Amino acid sequence: MAFAAFGSNNSSKPSKPTKTGKVVIALLAPGLAYLGAFFLTPLIALIMVSLQIPDPAGGYAEYVPALEIGNYGYVIAEYLPHILRSFGYALAATVLALLISYPLAYFIGVKARPWPMLQKLMLTLVIAPFFISFLLRTLAWKQLFSNESWIVTTLQDSGLLDQTQYVVGTPFMVIFGLTYNFIPFMTLPLYTSLERLDIRYLEAGSDLYASPAKVFRKVTLPLSMPGIISGTLLTFIPIAGDYVNASGEFLGSSSTAMIGNVIESNYLQINDYPSASALSVLLMGVILVLVSVYVRKSGTEDLL
Amino acid sequence: MNQNLPEDPELREIVKSALARKVTRRAVLGGAMATGAAAVLAACAPGGKTELTPATDVSDSDKTLIWSNWSLYIDVDDAGNYPTLETFQSETGIAVTYREDFDDNDSYYGKVKDQLALGQDIGADLTCPTSWMAARWINQGYVQTFDEAELPNKKNLQPAYLGASYDPERTKSLPYQGILAGFAFDKAAYKAATGKDAPSVVADLWDPALKGRIGVLSEMRDTVGIVAMDQGTAIGDANSLTEDAFMNAIDVIAAKVSDGQIARIKGNSYKDDLVNGDTIVAIAWSGDIIQLNAEAGYDRFGFVLPESGGTISADCFVIPMGATHKKNAEKLMNFYYDPYNAAVLAAYVNYITPVVGAKEEALKLDPALAENQLIFPSEEFLAQTQAFRALESKEEQAFTKAFQKIKLGA
Repeated sequence: MAFAAFGSNNSSKPSKPTKTGKVVIALLAPGLAYLGAFFLTPLIALIMVSLQIPDPAGGYAEYVPALEIGNYGYVIAEYLPHILRSFGYALAATVLALLISYPLAYFIGVKARPWPMLQKLMLTLVIAPFFISFLLRTLAWKQLFSNESWIVTTLQDSGLLDQTQYVVGTPFMVIFGLTYNFIPFMTLPLYTSLERLDIRYLEAGSDLYASPAKVFRKVTLPLSMPGIISGTLLTFIPIAGDYVNASGEFLGSSSTAMIGNVIESNYLQINDYPSASALSVLLMGVILVLVSVYVRKSGTEDLL
Repeated sequence: MNQNLPEDPELREIVKSALARKVTRRAVLGGAMATGAAAVLAACAPGGKTELTPATDVSDSDKTLIWSNWSLYIDVDDAGNYPTLETFQSETGIAVTYREDFDDNDSYYGKVKDQLALGQDIGADLTCPTSWMAARWINQGYVQTFDEAELPNKKNLQPAYLGASYDPERTKSLPYQGILAGFAFDKAAYKAATGKDAPSVVADLWDPALKGRIGVLSEMRDTVGIVAMDQGTAIGDANSLTEDAFMNAIDVIAAKVSDGQIARIKGNSYKDDLVNGDTIVAIAWSGDIIQLNAEAGYDRFGFVLPESGGTISADCFVIPMGATHKKNAEKLMNFYYDPYNAAVLAAYVNYITPVVGAKEEALKLDPALAENQLIFPSEEFLAQTQAFRALESKEEQAFTKAFQKIKLGA
């Protein structure tokens, strides 16, 4: 599984178990039972619901078991803009988070090594926002960028925004919120891999007349690749399914609805369970495919 | 005993079945798993219709009642108590647990629908869905029929509420409060933006100066209803409000959402946008506006019905099949159908009371209140309103789907 990528990049092959003794089975049993009860069963139920059809004789929102593959075609046709939008936003927010986090993690993990206190302080600052509910923090941003806020009125007065243009409810605001909320998930894995970076490699590079840019490209970047991979996965996957930032109650509006909002609305508002389930399965499948392609392309398949 | 049960309906059932058997912890876990498995099966394979039967009424031995209602929908004093409920308790000895957990018709339905369909206790003996949702519950056989002998005050019901297609004699649902939807607007901001005093037709909402400052309700029947009436559709009439007419109204709203004129489609939380100034004009509920003005301390917001008409609906008392305190619930309904009690309630919640005689009582309490058209509307005022017709389930599914697409911006 791709999630192994979050672990260490230890590529030595694990020694094959010589005996599948009863002890191994006994040790595996709780984990397997857990997976069976809380992952496999819901997954199968979800797939079954995604194939249901409306009860021909039933009332509102009543469905009967069926094998209606057409539900998938229907949700793709109906919600393609939302699917594309979700992955577009997720990509944009992941790239932004990477661009912001990399220098930060580099500074904490490499440049600040002589000052351990500063390192600790900065790490604490990265994690500190978690002590406040992320719903509250997101609402605070909404308040800061509300139509009558000084930020928005200043932007309008300076001509950067029209008098009838606002910030909340725009794709910019949603991507901003997504980036903001997921930056720690990018910074921490990057920090872990940069913190182990051996500075002597960098010194060797410059001794051999490589420019700083070349040292970065040839030495630092490849060595921090595991951090980049885990950071991007840790941000991209949850962002693609996020439905808080893009919802109208928070930073978004109806024109920014992401796939999570569509699933929420289908499930809770109009009780279209088959469509909601089909979308969930689809989202899961697309993410799985994207992630495995990504991990393979980035030359780290031994992490899988 | 009831107060100690968890609020989540599914957990409630598990705990209750465990309590009923008085067994060991291991058996409780077994029971939980069995209930869980049953819930999974029920979720996978709904259907298999059986007629539901009312739960056994234990009102005579257990003088309690759980009432789930919308927020800001009952009188509250400074100490956070509910004066009318205290009066009710002293008159009848019935202790009411009042819950403000009915936040939205669709999401409440989503929460309790499995229990409703199985005729189980939903965690409330009495609740107040809006009439169209009450109609769905009645059509599906999810609610109990009232015992008229316990409801002598039902004679005070405004005759206008009789004759609804889903419950013509009101034997299963009784209006709690009537709700008007129309235009709410920030008076000063509206004047500054458009130079006019008040919006009067739907076209006023499409004024370019108000771009991005318009909010509409996420309640389909109010928002689409008002726009459809503006297009000349009679929304109470199946011959006039056809699928085509509905979709015509949807098209207008969709266009205004996609060009950014309408910035927000919200439920009750539209109040926050009016207060912080993000929204200047909103399709909104009348009672909220009166309360917002009271909070602001001056007449900051105005409320008008569009010239083509506003929508009227009602939130109705219903007793779910699984409720075990039916008689207590009937006593409570009867209590609020007393004109004096209805007047006290109306004075606080500011919605339309469905009780005849409440206006006369209100005149004694506060004459200005009794003159408020939004609480005690005159015949002429009510003639400006229409109620959205009942929808068949297929239609309802198509309509809600179309409205959902607007909400999701596609």
